[in-house]
Amino acid sequence: MIHDFLTIIQDYWLLLLIGQYPNGPLGGLANTLILSALAIALAFPVSILMALARLSTWRLLRWPMTALVYVTRGVPLLMLILWCYFVIPLWTGADVPSFLIMLVTLVIYQGAFLSEVVRAGIVSLGQGQMDAARALGHGYMGAMRFIILPQALYNMIPSMISTFVSTIKDTTLGYVINVPDLTFAASQVNNQLLTQPFQVFLILAVVYYILCWSLTYVANSVERRIARRRAGPRNARLPAEATPLKTITEQL
Amino acid sequence: MLVHGIEMTFVIYIGSWLLAMTLAVLLLALRVSPLRIGEPIVAAYVSYHRNVPTLVQLMLWYFGIFTLMPQGLSDWLAGHNAEAIFAVIGLGLCQAAYFSEDLRSGLRSVGPGQMEAAQALGHGYASAMRFVIMPQGVRNALPPLINHSVSLFKNSSLAIVIGAPELTHAVKEIENISFRTFEVYLIGTVTYLFFSLIIMAIGAYIAMRADPARRARA
Repeated sequence: MIHDFLTIIQDYWLLLLIGQYPNGPLGGLANTLILSALAIALAFPVSILMALARLSTWRLLRWPMTALVYVTRGVPLLMLILWCYFVIPLWTGADVPSFLIMLVTLVIYQGAFLSEVVRAGIVSLGQGQMDAARALGHGYMGAMRFIILPQALYNMIPSMISTFVSTIKDTTLGYVINVPDLTFAASQVNNQLLTQPFQVFLILAVVYYILCWSLTYVANSVERRIARRRAGPRNARLPAEATPLKTITEQL
Repeated sequence: MLVHGIEMTFVIYIGSWLLAMTLAVLLLALRVSPLRIGEPIVAAYVSYHRNVPTLVQLMLWYFGIFTLMPQGLSDWLAGHNAEAIFAVIGLGLCQAAYFSEDLRSGLRSVGPGQMEAAQALGHGYASAMRFVIMPQGVRNALPPLINHSVSLFKNSSLAIVIGAPELTHAVKEIENISFRTFEVYLIGTVTYLFFSLIIMAIGAYIAMRADPARRARA
């Protein structure tokens, strides 16, 4: 059994790592990481805009955004992927690579979830910060930019990392539309071997486990550090007054 | 076809929900039990199921473990809708990790003073748990439990990857036959959204009923 694992890793590690890269599209673990990093990098500004829209006094902005967030939260990611797979080529009229489709889907989906985190971060700061900033002569946008968002986003860093983890897990769904990621590579390996599915998929699970576990570990240590810094040197021994942000991420 | 899909989605959902809840309670019991070995086992279980994508877990079950089973058992399963059974097992085991963590953090939030006070009033350990700790702990655990119940419902769509004939599968099939992609997807989406909102509403109702402020008034 152990021998099987070693042979599979020895024979296919390059395929699992970068897919068929020099001869074909980039794939494997590298693609999974690139896809999730890009998705989270793009979802971040999108989520701030969405959160601001949801907190806006303008109904025209607030209502559609609230509806969008509820729809994204109530519909499986798989359904969303199918939608994008169908709609994006229709609108652009071009042959869009599945990587891009998956990227767009993830930005929408994680943007909606992150926007809830951002919104909670802004709301938890309290009205006083905004009032004080306005009293000091900031406009709404200036107060947001210089006073509210820096504080809210700093508190958000741990939930950003755990959103990154769930994005990595979400990229596996790209399998359905043949995005060449790690899961896809593993199923290619499985199709070539045919006889050892358990070994192949266990290796796949272990790789994901190591990846996500280490990122979660980083998130937790950053969270502790932030809690300490927010408590300040004098209050370091008191329990942190600001309740840690509830991480609103989607499990997959 | 659509109705069959919805039916299957619900079979998978309810089956895995029950499996997950039962397992979660068992895991929690194992964790708080005086057995030394319980804690690391549960921690490893939760860690595995939270850090490996659900899709990969399902694939491991259906493509991997299915083939390792003894011939008689796998034949029997193949004759009894193995896809759906493995979807229930995979989703249920995965969700149990989340449910048990929700329950645990709910119970932890109650605080040791409650237990001491209950025992000072003459409750034993078991009856203090039953009448003082559990009601408060479960109430605190309700919001994350509801959230995770909704995401379990959405995750039931993952069963398409191992070929269980649930709603997303039905949607894809109908699309392949009729080519009316837009309409079919819209129906599928609205159905998912509808039931997700219903689950959220049921959850909100239960949370409201459990609210002590409201019960004191009634």
